[in-house]
Amino acid sequence: MEVAEGRGAYQTARKAVLSMKPEEIVRAVTASNLRGFGGAGFPTGKKWGFLPKDSKKPVYLVINADEGEPGTFKDRYIMERDPHLLIEGIITSAFAIGSHKAYVYIRGEYVQPFKRLQTAVDEAYQKGYLGKRIFGSSYDLDLVVHRGAGAYICGEETALLESLEGKRGLPRLKPPFPAVVGLFGCPTIINNVETLSCVPFIVKNGPEWFAGLGSPGNGGTHLFSVSGHVKKPGVYELPMGTLLREIIYRHAGGVPGDRRLKAVIPGGISAKILTAEEIDVKMDYEGLRDAGTMLGSAGVIVMDETTCMVKALYTACKFFAHESCGQCSPCREGTGWAFKIVKRIYGGQGSVRDLDTLLAIAKGMEGRTICVFADAAAWPIQSYIEKFRVEFEEYIKKRER
Amino acid sequence: MANITIDGKPYVVKDGVTLIEAIDEARIPLPRYCYHPGLSIAGNCRICQVEVEKTPRTVIACNTRVADGMVIHTRSPKAKESQRVVLEFLLANHPLDCPVCDQAGECKLQDYYMEVGLYDPKFDEMKVKKTKKAFPIGPTVMLDQERCILCSRCVRFTDEITKTHEFGIFNRGDHSEVDVTPGKQLDNKYSGNVVDICPVGALTDRDFRFKVRVWYLKSQKSVCPACSRGCNMEIHYEASRPYHLQNERIMRLKPRENHEVNQWWLCDEGRYAYRPIDFNRLKKWKMPAHGGQEEADWEKVLEKLAFLLKGTGTRTNGRWALIASPQAANEEIYLQKLLFKDYLKWADIGFKAPGQEGYEDDFLIKRDKNPNSTGALEIFGLSEAASDITAIVEKAKKGEFAGIWVRDHDLAKVFGEETLRIVRQRLQVLVYEGTNGNPTADCADFVLAGAAYAEKEGSFTNFQGRVQRIWKAVEPLGDSKPAWQILTRLAGFLGLLWNYTKPESIFNDLARETPAFRDLSYKKIGDQGVVWRKSSASLRGA
Ligand SMILES: Cc1cc2nc3c(=O)[nH]c(=O)nc-3n(C[C@H](O)[C@H](O)[C@H](O)COP(=O)(O)O)c2cc1C
Ligand code: SF4
Ligand code: SF4
Ligand code: FES
Repeated sequence: MEVAEGRGAYQTARKAVLSMKPEEIVRAVTASNLRGFGGAGFPTGKKWGFLPKDSKKPVYLVINADEGEPGTFKDRYIMERDPHLLIEGIITSAFAIGSHKAYVYIRGEYVQPFKRLQTAVDEAYQKGYLGKRIFGSSYDLDLVVHRGAGAYICGEETALLESLEGKRGLPRLKPPFPAVVGLFGCPTIINNVETLSCVPFIVKNGPEWFAGLGSPGNGGTHLFSVSGHVKKPGVYELPMGTLLREIIYRHAGGVPGDRRLKAVIPGGISAKILTAEEIDVKMDYEGLRDAGTMLGSAGVIVMDETTCMVKALYTACKFFAHESCGQCSPCREGTGWAFKIVKRIYGGQGSVRDLDTLLAIAKGMEGRTICVFADAAAWPIQSYIEKFRVEFEEYIKKRER
Repeated sequence: MANITIDGKPYVVKDGVTLIEAIDEARIPLPRYCYHPGLSIAGNCRICQVEVEKTPRTVIACNTRVADGMVIHTRSPKAKESQRVVLEFLLANHPLDCPVCDQAGECKLQDYYMEVGLYDPKFDEMKVKKTKKAFPIGPTVMLDQERCILCSRCVRFTDEITKTHEFGIFNRGDHSEVDVTPGKQLDNKYSGNVVDICPVGALTDRDFRFKVRVWYLKSQKSVCPACSRGCNMEIHYEASRPYHLQNERIMRLKPRENHEVNQWWLCDEGRYAYRPIDFNRLKKWKMPAHGGQEEADWEKVLEKLAFLLKGTGTRTNGRWALIASPQAANEEIYLQKLLFKDYLKWADIGFKAPGQEGYEDDFLIKRDKNPNSTGALEIFGLSEAASDITAIVEKAKKGEFAGIWVRDHDLAKVFGEETLRIVRQRLQVLVYEGTNGNPTADCADFVLAGAAYAEKEGSFTNFQGRVQRIWKAVEPLGDSKPAWQILTRLAGFLGLLWNYTKPESIFNDLARETPAFRDLSYKKIGDQGVVWRKSSASLRGA
């Protein structure tokens, strides 16, 4: 707390709570082009605007710290290295949306981040920055840090709410959306850790400043988690719209041993893969959408020429088969089925026809389920096979008896 | 109201209804597994995909609300392809054990495969193995996890309707399985309903399993006689192969939808109460002869009985009493009233056995275990207190009656064997009319074999004053006869000119003569029943 305050922590939250109107903050966030960093890139100000205006129910703010997307480890840095920034973001945001109770739902495996965050929360309570009449104002805010139990699907916001309510983490049918019927049936805003950590800067430096950091329509900087075959894996804070090539070669130091780049997943394991030829894309929502993939969680996974795409797909499919919550028939059956086929191919028992079956399964899973997990599971299948079909066929033929 | 188009035809529907509600109202078939109108929306099976114009992807009909101007296609190539794709997923890990599955013939996997499937299966892997196959999860229901499609209907039924929470879905992904929660079994008053709502062969009825293939079954509408709610139901019977199963005809009872009475449900007590229709039946008529008793043709028996009743015989000059039955149909009670009360002027008439009330809850099950107490009270014009048969039995014990006509009741069960013995001793004539054997029938002079409710037409009046029809499913067993025929024939022997040839004409007279039933007819009652005119405040239990 001492160190953080020495660097100006909580000054923005104090100013907001003591001297700003909630609408002012919402307006600033809207104007800043801040888009949710949880994966979907939904404009944060707009989301907050979905709250019913004069509901008699309490409003909850829920912070998604489940960070389960393979290849993504950015929220962890915030919670480990600067937990007070997150808390300040939560205070400012909760005040803006009129919430008096916030929950951080943190991934169960994140033991260290949890400890750090909990310690910081305790400190903030001691200081009177959380609890009753915070900063001496008439505004109360409680913050609870709740640990998940290890299911990836609990990162999906409505599964998260179920889990937080003590039930099985199954995504809910939408509509209704959480802003109207959320936690315990009350209006709820769910935001990612990084998203809310941007709010103090927006309030402090103004929305124009924040918008100006990024690319058109994509405000601010983003934490890119870079992993795989790069010389300097890590988390890089870079402006929205930075070129993927720049991230890999300039910031992450390029491919080790100067081997050739083969492929990159730009936004966590769910995002469609890009080939080495496709890396001159802007890392923002539109840039990657136009490239046929997505920014997702900005988990950049770099694969060099030594990577076997069959094995890479095997790994992805295994993950999705293991993590499907199992509600929707296409997802439950499709993820398991696809994994069995890919496993068979990987084990040398595949046939070229299997590739078409895989594509058919993926197509069948897309757009027919409660949450987008099934789509996310379909995209690696589609993109790996479509972009590396020759490699898949060679792999299969080499092992045919 | 919203104007929408379904499959090219315009419809006007209420605002805010779901597409599947609109589609059902239009009587257009659409596959569904998880959707059930009596349960919350789960939207997990994903089969009810329909095409909505101007929407890029197909949507599920069960969780999409109508909007004015919506154009919906349930059978367009896009919609059918979407349904087909989902079905193929559902069948991927299905064991396909139809030949040994009791659900075959009424399985929605089979049905929808024929309707929207018909694809060449692509699944070529090892199927997921699950632990519980043919596993009893309670006294009435068997679980097969591999056949389960995880629609969660059973879970929602026990969560939302019975609130007993026996079921859960465990594990994730394609290892998900439905089961009872550890340490629990499925044993509540309504367990059997989960078999009805399970769209596949995952939950089967232990009572029904392997008795008969469902395509041999015929169905008749009926009303459950096991309590005064009168749940609407279907009798499923096997009439085509009487050699099958030792002449057992009634195979099972299934609920029939009626929103005013039982919605979609039936309690277990009612569901499994069909055995007396086929077992322990009185099939022969008996009358006194040569100091003993002999079996005889029903008309002979009635002729002899009429002779006694006319009082021209020597021994029976004296008072008679009628112990009628709330199991009898309105029409039968009406004829009893005409014959015994109005014509023979019997003053001692009752029908309610004391101390026979049972379990009741705030859902379906009623304390009064008879289907027609309300009708009997009204038609006989009795007060609740006066309907009790205790007074008659007390008088009988004192020897005040020459004869008693007992319908259905077993006096030994109600009053004890000793009382039956004394009553019997003091009576000159005991007439027993009923469907099943019991100690009272055993010591009767006259035994009139009656047809069971499944063997005749008629109507019951439930506790709400709702008059509901029953229909004939199977023929009266042996020489048994519907009570209305028995009474009509007897009236003939007594010199009355009744020309009833069917229960409907009796009902029409009843409706004319009895204020509560005024203006009712079989046509008006239909198959959902009608509440009579009596103000509901005066109704029992209402
Ligand atoms: C399968 C699945 C997993 C998800 N996991 C996470 C996660 O771990 N962390 C996260 O912030 N958002 C995750 N999301 C996105 C959330 O549903 C939600 O969009 C996000 O938390 C909203 O916050 P934002 O508006 O700040 O981005 C996931 C979504 C899906 C479909
Ligand atoms: S798409 Fe998959 S993960 Fe999402 S709700 Fe359906 S089954 Fe669960
Ligand atoms: S057992 Fe039947 S009702 Fe229950 S989830 Fe499975 S398929 Fe649905
Ligand atoms: S019936 Fe609509 S999703 Fe199951």
